[in-house]
Amino acid sequence: MKDFIIPWDTDADLGTPAREGKPVTLTIDGVEVTVPEHTSVMRAAMLAGLKIPKLCATDSVEAFGSCRLCVVEIEGRRGTPASCTTPVAPGMKVHTQSAKVKKIRKGVMELYISDHPLDCLTCAANGDCELQDMAGMVGLRDVRYESGQNHFDPTGTGALSKADADRRDGPGNFRYIAKDESNPYFTYDPSKCIVCSRCVRACEEVQGTFALTIEGRGFDSRVSAGAASDNFLSSDCVSCGACVQACPTATLQEKSIWELGTPERSVVTTCAYCGVGCSFKAELNGDDLVRMVPWKHGKANRGHSCVKGRFAYGYASHKDRILNPMIRDTIDEPWREVSWDEALSFAADRLKGIQQKHGRRSIGVITSSRCTNEETYLVQKLARGVFMNNNTDTCARVCHSPTGYGLGQTFGTSAGTQDFDSVEHTDVVIVIGANPTDGHPVFASRLKKRLRQGAKLIVIDPRRIDLVKSAHIRAAHHLPLRPGTNVAVVSGLAHVIVTEKLYDEAFIRERCDWDEFQEYAEFISDPRHSPEAIEDMTGVPAVEMRDAARLFAQGGNGAIYYGLGVTEHSQGSTTVMGIANLAMLTGNIGRQGVGVNPLRGQNNVQGSCDMGSFPHELPGYRHVKMPEVRKIFEDAWGVEIDPEPGLRIPNMLDAAVNGSFKGLYCQGEDILQSDPDTKHVAAGLAAMDCVIVHDLFLNETANYAHVFLPGSSFLEKNGTFTNAERRINMVRKVMAPKNGYEDWEVTQKLAQAMGADWNYGHPSEIMAEIAATTPSFANVTYEMLDEKGSVQWPCNDANPDGTPLMHVDGFVRGKGRFIVTEYVATEERTGPCFPLLLTTGRILSQYNVGAQTRRTENTAWHPEDILEIHASDAENRGVKDGDWIKLASRSGETTLRAQISDRMMPGVVYTTFHHPDTQANVITTDFSDWATNCPEYKVTAVQVLPSNGPTDWQEEYNAQAAKSRRILPAAE
Amino acid sequence: MSPEKMAMMANQIATFFKTQPGSDQAQRVADHLNDFWEPRMRQQLAAHVEAGGDGLDPLVKEAFALVRVPAE
Ligand code: SF4
Ligand code: SF4
Ligand code: SF4
Ligand code: FES
Repeated sequence: MKDFIIPWDTDADLGTPAREGKPVTLTIDGVEVTVPEHTSVMRAAMLAGLKIPKLCATDSVEAFGSCRLCVVEIEGRRGTPASCTTPVAPGMKVHTQSAKVKKIRKGVMELYISDHPLDCLTCAANGDCELQDMAGMVGLRDVRYESGQNHFDPTGTGALSKADADRRDGPGNFRYIAKDESNPYFTYDPSKCIVCSRCVRACEEVQGTFALTIEGRGFDSRVSAGAASDNFLSSDCVSCGACVQACPTATLQEKSIWELGTPERSVVTTCAYCGVGCSFKAELNGDDLVRMVPWKHGKANRGHSCVKGRFAYGYASHKDRILNPMIRDTIDEPWREVSWDEALSFAADRLKGIQQKHGRRSIGVITSSRCTNEETYLVQKLARGVFMNNNTDTCARVCHSPTGYGLGQTFGTSAGTQDFDSVEHTDVVIVIGANPTDGHPVFASRLKKRLRQGAKLIVIDPRRIDLVKSAHIRAAHHLPLRPGTNVAVVSGLAHVIVTEKLYDEAFIRERCDWDEFQEYAEFISDPRHSPEAIEDMTGVPAVEMRDAARLFAQGGNGAIYYGLGVTEHSQGSTTVMGIANLAMLTGNIGRQGVGVNPLRGQNNVQGSCDMGSFPHELPGYRHVKMPEVRKIFEDAWGVEIDPEPGLRIPNMLDAAVNGSFKGLYCQGEDILQSDPDTKHVAAGLAAMDCVIVHDLFLNETANYAHVFLPGSSFLEKNGTFTNAERRINMVRKVMAPKNGYEDWEVTQKLAQAMGADWNYGHPSEIMAEIAATTPSFANVTYEMLDEKGSVQWPCNDANPDGTPLMHVDGFVRGKGRFIVTEYVATEERTGPCFPLLLTTGRILSQYNVGAQTRRTENTAWHPEDILEIHASDAENRGVKDGDWIKLASRSGETTLRAQISDRMMPGVVYTTFHHPDTQANVITTDFSDWATNCPEYKVTAVQVLPSNGPTDWQEEYNAQAAKSRRILPAAE
Repeated sequence: MSPEKMAMMANQIATFFKTQPGSDQAQRVADHLNDFWEPRMRQQLAAHVEAGGDGLDPLVKEAFALVRVPAE
């Protein structure tokens, strides 16, 4: 096929979306072009470098054919068809510049301009406006409609031409609609709208929210968000920015452009929020960041974004950022600003002193899932190669460690099996314990697109999450299970598949251990696993469960996506194995559209696990007990590596309380807020002699720190993040670190202060060391990432272009293993004192502990944590919507506001953990996953009672925090 | 770590391996403890077993014979 190779760095708008299919050759303006069938004439022309004027078409959405600016003539066809809606045909001869179409285009343009204010010079879109461009391109020289009707602002702000000023109606233009500035990040100025409906289509097709409509008819039609009484903020709009991206004019425009002007340069980088790992173009003037625009060639996001990555980057320049190192002798003293050298030698001396007194294993590190692979690699190397122990852990402990264990046991590798593109080929999707529209929004948009095309959805979640029922989406089945019964439900599904003989025997015989399967089949066929037997315990109607199992087994390509609702349980690892069993039973592994896909929370959870952050394994998931693996690193680092596993985060805190763990270097994590059982975490931190917090802000953990090392934001460093698809994406420095150093440099300086001979000059050198020691990264280099844009590991000689799909010809471990998954009820049970079950989660606009998003305008959507409670539970307790309530468990109590919600079933309440004032983790307990100690965040027995204000604990906590955050002015 | 918490964690591990087919459950519990429990946690387990092993699942006690307890 004679194809046009599009260089990956061209961002040109080709007018209509790409198509797949047989090649078709046609001639446009005498140039022969070959494109896939179903491609539009417009796209074919653009690919050939022949630009056709257009207004209502853009390649992120399907063509609509309303503006008629793109008309062409086709030999042998009558009239002037719109090139955006006309598919190519073999041998077609197209003329894009005939006198006839030129005349039509001018007429169209003239009509548009007659109702468009001409304050171009002072317009925010000046220089970045397709209407301007098209007026130029069609050669519009005159507007003959004199003083017709229009939608102009009668006050006529901005620099107007005389003609334009004359056309203002004077005060009281009844058609004028004032600008909607309700959204914190973008404005909607109806007077500039050309009603091309690109925004409406983007909201529907790209985002899938259906927040926008065109209201009114003909000349009176305008875009409207939500109902007539709504503005953008009060409507269903989730502020993803897709409409802003699609708008050809200044009608929908970033406020930052109004303020800062159009950007002059751009750098492609990766979002530092969630595990989707969207690619963005950071657009700047000098080092002034003007806006973040989703990059259309980003393979995770394909040009889409969510409110966090697109808009919530203001935290990086927030006044709360700490830019100077600080130390103090004890945590009741105020902080003292000192030089880097002083802070680092203070830290190093203390750590060395602790080791002398309490032994080699008395200190450790926590690596960050927000930092880059290179930074994480260095922090675990600091533990292993400088502290000489394996006391390294990461926040994945508290989220996806069971994924590592469970998938490692069954498939032989700890990672999702697919790329995100795979969802476009899926027929039945199970979403279990995940809420993608809030947690992984861009993936959710891609999933919803597939669901609108007809794929079926099964949701397994105690809450009626948005996906169950939203615009043009209905889940085929929602199994509202009682929190803590995941294993029972997953086993129930497997029971139906096995006993009804719906499993894929050929796949199992070929790909799995057949003996193990038979043992498993016998186990799972026992009637105690039947949907009927577990109905009372799980709360899931048996019929619904059977139907869901049948649908998944028989509905074609089946894919499972899961989140922390699976892992953060006493049986988290067991549920992950159960999910792997389901995929193997139904033969849904090893091709497009299927697979087992953990949705990772933070941007680099995958990477931090890959990089050896866990205390039992070196980079690449290899246990420290294996001498041949230790040897690789011993040779590279010139040290001897401890063969014993180190402490996990909860074990570190236990050991601290016991007095045998005294020093911690914590990079980019806030364990005091994010980890369960806050009081226990606080006690552990308070018992240490040297806590080093390396972060952007004085976070909650820093209240107990002795050394504060200022961190750099993702905009200020080079490196890589690895997303939930195992995709290694480049993070590129767009401005100098405000604190002076990239985070890897700070770790290196600490290592040097401890006496290590580390001399990395650039993160690419760290990546070279990773590649040299870790087989799945063997061929990864920065040059390759620059060239390819991104790559999915394993990337080595066997897979030089990386690995979009895993386990294609066989499982990494050889034969896939079926593991028996017996349901064991959690010890956390409701009782007379604590009769309700609390489960926790997150929402779209906030991120994790909120340290970043709370420092942006995203608080417009979520100013505080809210307890969602069913109406009957609320009524029994005399709680009304909006009331302050006290939430108590055996661990502690806090207060927050209640919201009556029909998403909850009776007996279950829900909250988020984004705000330190609430500290939802005061409530959560120290119960954890049996295999990995991943805390059981998702099930806590609680009581809810009316309240009138903060608890004593909240007040004490706030007082301590305020005291602890005092900073003495630097000595002159 | 309180003895109760440690016993509970060890018992959780035993509870899982008890459900697994085969006859090597004790070995697998011990392997898990050796692979994931830091030396001082295993030391604490050892001390607890020596003191009578209050609250420990019999499978944990059985597995303990196979647990490596580092001296340091
Ligand atoms: S920002 Fe996103 S959700 Fe909001 S109207 Fe635009 S496309 Fe729709
Ligand atoms: S707001 Fe922009 S994209 Fe939407 S119809 Fe108006 S001009 Fe077109
Ligand atoms: S937060 Fe996640 S979905 Fe949103 S832009 Fe960033 S990576 Fe993409
Ligand atoms: S671009 Fe084709 S009709 Fe508008």
